[in-house]
Amino acid sequence: MTVTEVLAWVAFPYIAATSFFAGHIIRFRYDKYGWTSRSSQTYENKLLAWGSPLFHYGIFGVFAGHALGLFIPREWTEAIGIDEHAYHLIAVWGGSIATAVMIAGIIILLIRRSTVGRVVRVTTTMDVVMYTLLVATVVFGTAALLKHQIFGEAFNYRGTISPWLRSLMIFQPDVTLMTGVPLAFQLHVLTAVALFLVWPYTRLVHVLSAPFGYLFRPYVVYRSRDAQRGARKTPRGWEHSYTVESDPAGSRSTDSGSMDSGSMDSGSTASGSNPSERERAGR
Amino acid sequence: MRVMAQMSMVMNLDKCIGCHTCSVTCKQVWTNRDGMEYVWFNNVETRPGLGYPRGYEDQEKWKGGWERTKRGRLKMRAGGRMSLLFRIFANPNLPTIDDYYEPWTYDYDMLTKAPQTKNGPVARPKSQLTGKDLDIQWSGNWDDNLGGSQETAADDPILAHMSEHVKMEFEETFMFYLPRICEHCLNPTCVSACPSGAMYKREEDGIVLVDQDACRGWRMCVSGCPYKKVYFNHKTNKAEKCTLCYPLIEQGKPTICSETCVGRLRYLGLMLYDADAVLEAASIENEHELLEAQRNVMLDPFDPAVIAAAKSEGMADDWIEAAQKSPIYKLLSEYKVALPLHPEYRTMPMVWYIPPLSPVVDVVSNTGNDGEDVRNLFAAIDKLRIPLEYLAGLFTAGDTAPVEQSLRKLAAMRSYMRDINLGNEPDESIAQAVGMTGTEIEAMYRLLAIAKYEDRYVIPKAHVEQARDLEDLACSLDGDGGPGMGGPERSDRLRSPRKPATPSGATVAGFKALKNMSDPTQPSTPGRLNLLNWDGRGGDSGLFPPAEPAGGSA
Repeated sequence: MTVTEVLAWVAFPYIAATSFFAGHIIRFRYDKYGWTSRSSQTYENKLLAWGSPLFHYGIFGVFAGHALGLFIPREWTEAIGIDEHAYHLIAVWGGSIATAVMIAGIIILLIRRSTVGRVVRVTTTMDVVMYTLLVATVVFGTAALLKHQIFGEAFNYRGTISPWLRSLMIFQPDVTLMTGVPLAFQLHVLTAVALFLVWPYTRLVHVLSAPFGYLFRPYVVYRSRDAQRGARKTPRGWEHSYTVESDPAGSRSTDSGSMDSGSMDSGSTASGSNPSERERAGR
Repeated sequence: MRVMAQMSMVMNLDKCIGCHTCSVTCKQVWTNRDGMEYVWFNNVETRPGLGYPRGYEDQEKWKGGWERTKRGRLKMRAGGRMSLLFRIFANPNLPTIDDYYEPWTYDYDMLTKAPQTKNGPVARPKSQLTGKDLDIQWSGNWDDNLGGSQETAADDPILAHMSEHVKMEFEETFMFYLPRICEHCLNPTCVSACPSGAMYKREEDGIVLVDQDACRGWRMCVSGCPYKKVYFNHKTNKAEKCTLCYPLIEQGKPTICSETCVGRLRYLGLMLYDADAVLEAASIENEHELLEAQRNVMLDPFDPAVIAAAKSEGMADDWIEAAQKSPIYKLLSEYKVALPLHPEYRTMPMVWYIPPLSPVVDVVSNTGNDGEDVRNLFAAIDKLRIPLEYLAGLFTAGDTAPVEQSLRKLAAMRSYMRDINLGNEPDESIAQAVGMTGTEIEAMYRLLAIAKYEDRYVIPKAHVEQARDLEDLACSLDGDGGPGMGGPERSDRLRSPRKPATPSGATVAGFKALKNMSDPTQPSTPGRLNLLNWDGRGGDSGLFPPAEPAGGSA
């Protein structure tokens, strides 16, 4: 157990997890306005129509496979009658199909991101960081899948990586579990951890707002003008607010409603009053 | 019965001169920002024409609005909730920027910095998306005044549904302008399609808004709206839409588009409606009955039962009174001259239109006949099937009868008032021919032709007891040296003896900022009056400098 190993398999994951959770909370608290999927579909539709669904559906499959492999102990699957061989077949076949779909999607998306002028222009630094880490994770993960699971002697990650991850989760980290893991798996884990580290500061925040609530709410949403008032700070997009003492009753009685007063006032009122409705006039 | 109030608009198309002032002022107020270059909360279309975005009315293509299933239920044309979520990664019905237009600016630098050459320098159009040279192909009103319509108008979705001879003849026959804003529908598809639940209809006045903090940019509202009046801000990646200028409406003032309308053709007011009846009315099988069904959803604000129900819902007396005075109620329910735009989308739109009689009048006058004679006009309305069918395609799902009735009322008004203007005895039979009385016709004339500001815009203020938290928020323009300079009433407020020294509910930081900034509303000399915001009343003390003592220095 070297210092490097402790840094890589204990410190780094915990830093990343802290960043992941704290980052999301802080961003949700202070930057709801920036919390979006940052879709560029209005710029380019034809490539996205293929690339995005392929990538997303592929990664759903990949995610499900990881959840199964990492969080379900071998004893549990064996208890319901799935032996190691059957598990391996399911994992390799399911994983390969999902990975292929995802890679097809991500290739299309990368081509789109790097060649369509309109899309290139709106690509931010964080997008580049995110894409780099994501692609690295996918590349190392696929390499591990090909080298060890498909063409090599199946590596038993359920006896090493999975217990290591679970040991982190119960705050009793066991570094020794990761020492003998093949390089491709190690790199895959490290890039994935790095991705989780930057996650909340990228467009990936949209993952956490997957709108499942939509299935259970009425179609038309009504909301009162009065709801949630006062609990929020002046949102971003309003430069600053000088507070003035208001006397609404007085202002009601003094309004003449004439055309002149209306047109004189309108400029300032339209851009100024009631920003707590969170519908912004100007940024 | 669940009584709700809806702030609604009626536009009298006969008076629209297509000047685009509404569009321009709206843009200045709401959409003059990066990412919103192509966005027109208010646009004015020349009809026949493609509209904005191009051909938005073709729901076979865009799949906006609702459709009725065989079992009589309403379903979003784009699909149910599940299928919508499954297609969230790439919305198949989303218009791209090319369906609107690629926003551009000009290379103005060239005009001042170009070296001396034989030919004058040119400011080339540059795309605001790529920064490259742009060959401008389309814009918000490219086919204005039928410009280029020989090429494009055949793609007008309304004309496409009409017969072949119409397409050939339309251009000689008629043209009119259609200003459009968000319809603030009673059964909005945009709200229904929003996966995040970020879009909502305000309980108090029915204005449909996007919660910018809750929007996640899934774009389903953009494709869900059959009027394509929800736009995607491509810089913030959130949806934005016409707000019916709610900050103005809350203060009892009309929207910017209404305020600045040169033709004074817009009317604003409340409609009371039965929220429980909306879905059933929107689900009626026959599209031609949707207009009447929507009219029936509207409630009579004079009906004691309605008033009692409204009060039990907590509606304030001044709002009920405003609903009774509403010009919208008169035009929709009493005179029945206003019609909704595309009721067949089943969204129950609440911006209605009075169809234009002017194409008919023009034809009659151009043939040398008397364009104010009621018989000529009635005959022409009967005969001019083309404008009638086209208007019906816009306003009544193709049923010409309501359009005809509306136009006949306008024609009758024209003739009836002509007699009065000429000092003749008004002909009551003209009014009876359209099922009205002379008094009603005169009242309708006043509303349509010469109504004053306060008759066109009957807008009750938002209730202050609900808006108490506004105290914490002030206009950013009110800042030090800002153009608002503290607003018109602030000096009164600051001086008000009824108020405690420390404003209640004000943030400490904000109050400090207020105290620290140099206040332009305060007189520069203590004890003197600030003429900058003097309203002409009172202020006798402090208006003049204190009298010099006799024999003072000369």
